[in-house]
Amino acid sequence: MSDVLVVEHVAKRFGALTALRDVNLRLEQGEVLGLIGDNGAGKSTLIKVICGYHRPDHGRLVVNGQEVVLHSVDHARSLGIDTVYQGLALINELSVYHNMFLNRELRVGPLLNNRAMRKLARAHLEDMGVNIPNVNAEVAKLSGGQRQAVAVARAVYSDARILLLDEPLAAMGAKEGTLILDLIRDLKARGEVSVIIIAHNYAQVLDVCDRVNLLQHGSITFDKPTSEVSLEELTELVVAEYRNRRLRGE
Amino acid sequence: MTGTLPRQKEAPAQRDRRLLTLLRTGGTVLVRWREASVLIVAIAMAIYFRAANDVFLTYDNLRNIAQATAPAAIVAVGIVLLLVSGEIDLSVGVVAALAPFLVHYAVDLYGIPVIPAFLIAFAIAAFIGFCNGVIVTKFKVPSLVATLGSYYLLLGILLVTSHAYPAEIPSAAKGRIQTIFGAGDWSSLIWCLGVVLVYHVVLTRTRWGLHTISVGGNLIGATEAGIRVNRIKIGNFMMAAMLGALAGILEAFRINSIDPNIGGGTALVFTAISAAVIGGTALAGGSGTVIGALLGALILAELQNGFNLIGISANPFNIILGSAILLSMVANQYLSRLRRTGGG
Repeated sequence: MSDVLVVEHVAKRFGALTALRDVNLRLEQGEVLGLIGDNGAGKSTLIKVICGYHRPDHGRLVVNGQEVVLHSVDHARSLGIDTVYQGLALINELSVYHNMFLNRELRVGPLLNNRAMRKLARAHLEDMGVNIPNVNAEVAKLSGGQRQAVAVARAVYSDARILLLDEPLAAMGAKEGTLILDLIRDLKARGEVSVIIIAHNYAQVLDVCDRVNLLQHGSITFDKPTSEVSLEELTELVVAEYRNRRLRGE
Repeated sequence: MTGTLPRQKEAPAQRDRRLLTLLRTGGTVLVRWREASVLIVAIAMAIYFRAANDVFLTYDNLRNIAQATAPAAIVAVGIVLLLVSGEIDLSVGVVAALAPFLVHYAVDLYGIPVIPAFLIAFAIAAFIGFCNGVIVTKFKVPSLVATLGSYYLLLGILLVTSHAYPAEIPSAAKGRIQTIFGAGDWSSLIWCLGVVLVYHVVLTRTRWGLHTISVGGNLIGATEAGIRVNRIKIGNFMMAAMLGALAGILEAFRINSIDPNIGGGTALVFTAISAAVIGGTALAGGSGTVIGALLGALILAELQNGFNLIGISANPFNIILGSAILLSMVANQYLSRLRRTGGG
């Protein structure tokens, strides 16, 4: 299969802090890649480099076979890279459909085309199997899972080819988590979108991902298909690191 | 006959149901359409003052109220834009005082024709707003402090250049231009309604308005969504300053004198902030209405005017104003909670 994204020798420092030392990562077409690692391993920084939020100090990104230097989030988005951040980037005060079209609003002249946006948002949520009773409702009124689903639907709908999900299952109940996992499985089945998921729940990673990468001290130290790893092995990898650090007195 | 009987039986129940629906709709309107409660207060106040004094609803007095409402409402529109985007500008009142002086300097000292002089005044106001916006967004100075600084700076410039003396309206501006820009009986109200209409559409029906709400509602989220948050904020500072300039020019032309004390005190900007807050705009950002601000300004003008008419001294006015602001803030919080939990 062809790689839609290749990250080569990427490094990123913030002053004295080295967030990413030397990251090499690849993402295949239609694949769901789980990115795991301890807190502070640099997972979010890596996501933010790939989505154009941070400029790497070193290394290169290859998107669909072309080397690119991302100038901004908008630039990355124009290449089909979209992110669902931990904070979801939803505006509580706005309706579901305005959030779905945030910064990509449909217009008639200078005015918003609310009717068209409402209709398309409804159709798209339905198409993705997301049950939101009323697209006119303020996002503040939705449950955690529904909010996450709106954020994912927005990213997918904006023609994302590479979707980055930063802890989509954090702080979510079992039922809501299932909603999101189903959504991701659904995307995988279609095969149009390639996904990188940051997650802490390894069972869920094994459940939904094709491959898993472990980020440690700013580089990828483990890369295997999920069919070849067990939950115990994953847990041991992360815990062992923690144990070693304690032994070293860090 | 038999066919009509059941219908007659149903009638009272139907009427009850209809009444209930009506009441429920009324409640929903109050919760959903936040301006409705402010409008009710404005109307109730008009009825009260009319009952207390026949003069209140006469043509001349309505004109007085309109002329008191207009400049505060125009400034309040700019304040609403800023509050919704999570900022505030204390310097717009001085911009209002400065703008007619800029017109006066341009026309009388530099011989520039009136209309280009207007454009210069608006351009300078926009530049002041731009500077405020840059200080707030790029240098990360909280807008309350930043615009407090620019308030004193501009006030100093105004007093030094004008020697703290009023100036006359440039003779080239007298006649038609002065009538259009404030001196006509209803001219400032017409300007005000135009401004309110335009910005109501901007805030509720355009991309700019949506992004203004987003920036004030969730700054990080808006940034992550790719919205150019600084551009939105700076733009709103510029528009608020230009609206301040418009209010100042209208007011100077109406009273037929360019007076450094118009906005030089804090009265104009504080009245405008009060109008915005009474009209239902939250200081926390993310929500607010331009029509509410107009109604807020109307309520304040009605109060001041009504008190005058029934012979209550101006001193208790502040007590009422203070209470109104506190009360409306509490009501606003309560209504937002209702709205959020789906009441209505």
